[in-house]
Amino acid sequence: MIKVLFFAQIREVIGVDKVEVEATENLTADDLRQQLLARGDKWRLALEDRNVLVAVNQTLSGWDTELSVGDEVAFFPPVTGG
Amino acid sequence: MISVQTQDFSVADEYAKLAQDPGCGAVVTFVGKVRDFGDSKNVSAMTLEHYPGMTESVLEQIEAEARARWPLDQVTIIHRVGELGLCDQIVFIGVSSAHRKAAFSACEYLIDFLKTRAPFWKKETSDEGTVWVDAKDADQQATEQWQR
Repeated sequence: MIKVLFFAQIREVIGVDKVEVEATENLTADDLRQQLLARGDKWRLALEDRNVLVAVNQTLSGWDTELSVGDEVAFFPPVTGG
Repeated sequence: MISVQTQDFSVADEYAKLAQDPGCGAVVTFVGKVRDFGDSKNVSAMTLEHYPGMTESVLEQIEAEARARWPLDQVTIIHRVGELGLCDQIVFIGVSSAHRKAAFSACEYLIDFLKTRAPFWKKETSDEGTVWVDAKDADQQATEQWQR
């Protein structure tokens, strides 16, 4: 399985802070996003924005990053700390 | 020292820790606070969320980058999360060095990169309700200046 986390407005719009998904062959971060978008309106609203960032195992990563079993993937908006 | 915490911090205590090295000739500190305007007017409170684990590792990385650029003694980064009120302290950056230029530059570098790379998110509360703060182009440009 792959652990998927959501933060800030993405978490609020979807209504959950994490889900688990099956790790399939050659699955990329973008494929995972497409799978999640297909779950319905609120998922599209939260994840369709082109500014959404993805971190794989707590490192900011590209959408073509391949995922494997046990990975932690996080989707979040641009950061606004400080 | 890197800390992500809900509790407040004392600038005097943090200064004392940064300043204790006998070789230290300069200490520069920065404090970021909750102000009454942001993306909304009349901001009265703020909620700060972060990504535990990734936040600390990004801050460690930024500190290592600053240490590679300037000769620094001590570095302190404290960022608060949770519910904050108007005028509350949000973030502390403190740097000690033998020389002032290194301390000034490193302090600015650390806050610039914290703002654009560390996974923190702010939500403002005002008369108009609550809104998530938008990332600013000016912050991105401040970071890019260091890469020239």
